Order: sequence, then C-alpha cells, then structure tokens
Amino acid sequence: MKGLLCLLFLWAGLAHGSGMGYDDARHLLARSGFAPTASELDLFAQLSRQQAVDRILSATLTEARVAPPAWVLEPLPPRQEVQAMTQEQRRKFVRETLRKGFELRAWWYQEMLQTSSPLTERMTLFWHNHFVSSLEKVKGPQLMYRQNILLRRYALGNFGELLHAVGRDPAMVVYLDSASNRRGQPNENFARELMELFTLGVGHYTEQDVKEAARAFTGWSLDRTTYAFRFYPFLHDGGEKTVLGRSGNLDGDDVLDVLLAQPATAEFVVTKLWREFVSPQPAATEVKRLAGIFRASHYEIKPVLRALLLSDAFYAKENRAALIKSPVELLVGTARQFHIEGLDPRLYALAGRQLGQDIFAPPNVKGWPGGEDRINSTSLLGRKQIMARIFRAQEMPRNQQADAAAENGGAALGASRMAQLNSGVFDVQRFFAELSGNENARRAQAEKLLLALPPSQPFSGGDGGGRIAFVRHLALDPVYQLK
Amino acid sequence: MLRRDFLGALGLVPLVSALPNLAFAAAPAADYRNLLVLIELKGGNDGLNTLVPYADPNYYRLRPRLGIRREEVLQLDERVGLHPALQALMPLWQNRELAIVQGVGYAQPNLSHFRSIEIWESASASSEYLADGWLARNFKAHPVPAAFAADGVVIGSQDMGPLGGTGSRAIVLNNTQQFMRQARFADDAAAKSKNAALAHILKVEGDIVQAAAGLAGERSFRTEFPQGPFGNALKTAANVVSGKSGVAVVRVTLNGFDTHNGQPNTQQRLLKELAEGLAAFKSAMQEIARWDSTMIMTYAEFGRRPQENGSLGTDHGTANAHFVLGGKVQGGLYGQAPSLSQLEGGNMLHSVDFRRLYATVIEKWWGLDARGVLNGKFPGLDLLRV
Repeated sequence: MKGLLCLLFLWAGLAHGSGMGYDDARHLLARSGFAPTASELDLFAQLSRQQAVDRILSATLTEARVAPPAWVLEPLPPRQEVQAMTQEQRRKFVRETLRKGFELRAWWYQEMLQTSSPLTERMTLFWHNHFVSSLEKVKGPQLMYRQNILLRRYALGNFGELLHAVGRDPAMVVYLDSASNRRGQPNENFARELMELFTLGVGHYTEQDVKEAARAFTGWSLDRTTYAFRFYPFLHDGGEKTVLGRSGNLDGDDVLDVLLAQPATAEFVVTKLWREFVSPQPAATEVKRLAGIFRASHYEIKPVLRALLLSDAFYAKENRAALIKSPVELLVGTARQFHIEGLDPRLYALAGRQLGQDIFAPPNVKGWPGGEDRINSTSLLGRKQIMARIFRAQEMPRNQQADAAAENGGAALGASRMAQLNSGVFDVQRFFAELSGNENARRAQAEKLLLALPPSQPFSGGDGGGRIAFVRHLALDPVYQLK
Repeated sequence: MLRRDFLGALGLVPLVSALPNLAFAAAPAADYRNLLVLIELKGGNDGLNTLVPYADPNYYRLRPRLGIRREEVLQLDERVGLHPALQALMPLWQNRELAIVQGVGYAQPNLSHFRSIEIWESASASSEYLADGWLARNFKAHPVPAAFAADGVVIGSQDMGPLGGTGSRAIVLNNTQQFMRQARFADDAAAKSKNAALAHILKVEGDIVQAAAGLAGERSFRTEFPQGPFGNALKTAANVVSGKSGVAVVRVTLNGFDTHNGQPNTQQRLLKELAEGLAAFKSAMQEIARWDSTMIMTYAEFGRRPQENGSLGTDHGTANAHFVLGGKVQGGLYGQAPSLSQLEGGNMLHSVDFRRLYATVIEKWWGLDARGVLNGKFPGLDLLRV
C-alpha cells in the first residue's frame, strides 16, 4: 500500500509538480539569458524552477571562450610616442584604433552568440552598463578589453571585490579622470560617480562626502609607459578626511569599504538587478529582503540572483512580458533563436550601434537608456528594419534599393555591410524542423516560442503566406520587442 | 483652465464654443506657429568661459590657466564678453537678436548630471520629483493642434527630455528622409494594450504614422550647414520645420561639455560648432520666412565650478549663462552676473530661476498660462520685442 502511494506521488510529480512547464521555462530563459531555442525550452520545461535556476547558475563562466584578437596583448604606445607622431602617422594610428575597436565589439558579440552560459554575458553586460567606461574617451581598445575580462571574471562573483578592482581598472582610471586627481588639485569625477552610480545612489551622500572622497583617491593613477594601475604616494593627500561619518587618514580602499558598509549600496544594486530581470517597478519590500541576502553573503552575486530568479515576483503574471529587450538582446536573441550563422560578427556591432547600444561605448557614465526609453520612433523603426532585412529572403520583393539607400543616413555604419544581413543565412526549414506536428501546430509553436504574448496583429497570410512571411510577421510585431 | 472648468460645470461649454470670441476668452488658442528650438548643451557647458567676466580680477584669480585672456574676449560691454569661438554669434548680437541670460540656476543645486538635468527638464524644485517633462505638461494642458505632425521632434539624442511623459506626441529622428522611408514599418493599428511596455510601443507606432504624414521630404536650403553631427542635426531641424504641417518644438542636443579634463580645446570646438550652427539655422529660417516666428534657447544641467581643477578642466558647478535668440528677441544682457567673490561651497549663486525661461516661452512666446504647468508663479523675462 505504502509503495503504491509512493509510486502514485512519483507519477503525479512527473506529470505535474516537478516540471515548471513551457511558459515558466520560456520566461526564465528569456529573462536570464537570450531568447531560447525550441530544444533549450524542451529541456528546461521538465525541470523545476529551482533545478532550472541552479542549472543556469552552475553553468556560468569566468572567461570568454572565443579567442580575442591578437593585438589585445600588444602594449599601447606610450603617450610621448603618440605625441611625437607626424600627422600622417597619427591618422594611421587613429584608423588602426578604430578598426581594433570594431574587432573588439565583434569578439564580444561572437562570445554572446556562441556561449553556453547566456547569463554570464548578460551579467557582464550588466556590469559594463553599471561600471561604465567608453572607447570614446578611453581610446586604447586594449584597456577596454582588459576591463571586459575583469567584468566577466567577477560577473557572478563578489560585488565588493569587483568594486575594488574597478577602482584600479586602467580604463576606468582614464574614463573618470582618476589619473588627474592629485593632492591639492582634486578632480571629483570618479568620487562623484562612484557614489551616485556605482554604490549609494543619489540622495545618500552629501557634496562634502564627494569632495572628501576625491581627496582619498588622489594618487590613484596609471604607469605612463605600461598603462598599468599605479599608486603615486607623492600625489596622494594623506590628510584627515570624513566620508559618510567615518574619519581618519582614509585612502581609496577605505572609502570603498565605507561605501560597501552602507545599506543603501546593496539596495541600489538590487534595484538595478530588479529592473534588469524582473520589472520596471521594483517592489520596496522585496528589494529590502533581497538586499539583506546580498549583504549577508558579503556581496556574493549568485545567492542574491538565485533568490531573485526564484522569487514569486519574478514569475508573477503582471511581470510577464513587462520588459523591453535591449538592442543586444534583440540581435543576439534573434540570431540564437533562429540559428543564424555565418554572419560577419561586425554586422552585429554595426546594428547594435544603429539601434542605440554601441557596446564598449555607452553614451555616458549612466549607461544606456533602459525600460520604455529603449523604444522611440527612431529606435523602433531601426529595430523593425533590421528584422525585416534578416527575414526578407528571396520571396520578399519590396523596394530593396530604397532600403539600401535608407542606410545612407548612417553611411558611417557601413551601409553596404548592413545590406548583407539578409544574405541567406537564415534557414527557415531548419527552424521549423525543431518544431513538431502538422504545419498549423508548428506555426502555433513558433508563435509561442518567439512571442511572450499573442501577437498584436494576427497573421493574415500576406506575402504568399509562406513560412518566412509568417516568421517575418511575428518578428515585426511589437510584441517581439518584449521579453 | 479654472474658468473652463467653471463653465463646464454650468453646462455652458457647448454654447461658449459656438461663439468664437467667447471661446477664445475661455481658452486662448496657443500660438504654436511660434516655434521653440531648444539646444541642450549636454554635460554642463562652462558658462564662465562662455560669457567671460573679463573685467573681474577674481575671474583670473580662479582661473589662472583656464581664463580667456582679456584681449581674446569678444567684448560685449565694459564688463563681459563672449568666448572667441562664438564669433559667428556676433552679427546676431550686433543686430540685437541675441539675449544672454546670466546667473540661471535654482536653489539647493544638485551637482549630479542626471538628477540636475531631470530637475531642468521636468521643471521641478531641487527636492521635488516630477514624472513628466515641462513641455509634455504644457502640451497636456494646452494641446498642440491635431493637424501638427508632432508636438515635438528630438534630434541628436535618444532621450525625450522635456518632451518625455505620458501623452506627449514626440518623435525622435536623425534624418528626415530615412525616417520617411522607414515609416512604412510602422502600423497605426489603433490597438491598445494593458501591458504598459506594449502600450508604449503601440503609441510610438501611431506617432510615427502621424508624423510621417505631416513631414515634408528634404527641402533644399541654400544655406550651408557646418559639417559634423551638430550641423547635420540643425539641418534636419530646418527640414522638419519646413514640413507641410507644423511642430511646436524641436530639441537638438550638442554633446561633450563635461570638461573635467583638457577643457580649452574641447570647449573651443563645441562653442564654434554651436555658434556656426545657430548662425546657419537663422539663415535657413530666413529662407522660409520663419526667423521671426523662431525662438532658440539653450539649456544645460548646470554650469561649472569657477575654480579650475588640476587637469586643465572644471568640475560640476551651478549658475550658468544661457542664450535666447530669434527674430523677435530683444537682444542684450538679462539677469545678474553671479558674484565671483561670494561663492557657496565654491560655486556661484543663481539670480534667475531657470523656470523663468520656461515661463517666457509659455506665456510670452505662446501666449498661454504657465502657472499650472510650472506649479507656481515664475515671472517671464521681457526679452521679446513688442
């Protein structure tokens, strides 16, 4: 009798309880990574939420798998050498630097396209958007590469360690002017953004705190020839300072520890994680609870993320399809979901820039616009045009010349290259082969796979009503922008 | 507004609107044929090296390396002058079409880029958080005619700034022709959604369709715009204004004013782009007989610290100088130059609340009541020709 009951429970568990099902799996994968493929979904639908989250968290990486361009290890030319260049040499140098910047972006896109751990990429991007630096100011692509390596090493590691490492990161030292922050002549740029954007958030510190913290960071600079971090004691202000009530001969590391000891820091970071993964409206009590977990684990990132991805709020009905994909998520997600292969990865970089997310070059220290600000008239049309181009294929006539000309507004974006987006790399039959049943069943599955909500417009069978026309219709539907 | 509500309560609205002159008295029609062009000097332009108090020894004491030398200043009077890179604005000054408002800021200044621009763009007090931009609020209270292509057009920036907010019909574009061609991807399905993110996207689609219907294609101006993103943005702005239906506002952003480091070259380049771009825009507006119905106004999140820093730059500051120009603008200096001997926390004290600039636009330029929009009485400046 007992054994029979056990068997019954086991059966019930297999049939209902243990697997979280298709909808939850889709939500979890789309939110914690990039848009899933049909086979990824089949696998995760059979796991419980807990199993699925633990599986995602145990698969994270600390290093990129795609080999970087060879030049990342080349030393940067020392400043004197650049200054001594002739005009022609300098032009060449600038061209080379721009080319390398593009190769760097292409490298990261390749990693995002191929990775076995989408969450690692999402978190690396999250920290890039948190501890912002930009090629536009930093110039040396080698330094931005090193920063990316740092961000991915700690992407799911320890926030406190990451913060201390970022303060010494050469790209950051250049980007926020630490290199020119000297005793008697403080430059407040790093100290201010550190408090406002990296740790506490506005309203949790005073102008006096910024001034005093800037003094504590004096002397944090770079070696002039190797561009490695270097502390110059003779440029450091060794006097007494008071930051957020703590006084003493504080140095930069002391200030970082003072900031980490403030409850506002954990709440600030958790609020950003909430907006990244859950919804545009953080729930205050949940933020407090999660911030408590963050602090209790001494700022380990995995436990707080685990709690977030298993929270009721994460799966709540009102938070489904409540977020707008970032341009990178749109591009990489589309490529992964449709198995689009063989495109020059620089095309993704160009497309991302056109849509307002130029990786390695955020617009300012606050990062890229988020939430609804991701969609305005220009960015929405750009998104749709790129989708139309990917799914145009041969059966799609339309005015191709006009499309090519439309790119001329962004000639710098490589108009001719963008036109290659439809160079026959999307294999619609392969995509449908992953689905099962008759044509109608497959189309219904495709719709559920691609869209987080039913489409705002039903497919009317236009453009011949074929599979490509069907997929294009879904990819151009406003709902495709949601996750 | 109160009057209209009162009439509405009495059930008199239909009667009133049947009588043209009375309807006018109840709700004066906004004159949105008067165009506002906002220029955002993003990053916080250094006003002290823009309008230079060259006669004040404190200026050279605070700026031993960064100060603009007296002989280089484009002198406007015996006290102040313009940065030499603003040469292209001098004809407008001499023509008395360029007003410069000094000491613009607000009480309890916030020195964060992001918070301070939010304060500026939402027209809030320092400690007040308002969701919508000041122009979005204005257009909600005083709607732009439905026949207009859009309430406002944003060029050179991805964020809506003062046009951001529920209901505002604002579009972002970089190139008119490209926009017109791509607009076929937008669907005006009039679909609604309870999902806020989806509702936002659907609204943007509708705005695109309407704007595309109202904007003309490229118009050829004889005026040559300066090369570069800002010149291109102003050319796009001129195209938008020349469209067959109107827009009430164009906002153009010029980036790069956060000069913590190596300020002289950067500011020199940016101010030159600004001045030459605006001079070209004036000429284009004259070509289409719109200069007399155009008002250009600059704004930024803050000015910069009077005391230069150690890296040939300046840190975040407070009070700032801003430009207002147009065919109907009464040129000259307005407001009070901030004192360089009486600083607070190293920063200058403001004399003109920035919301007075907005009141100038709403009341004097558009002929509307600004009190509701600005949540208080901020007297407009008398800088228009009567």
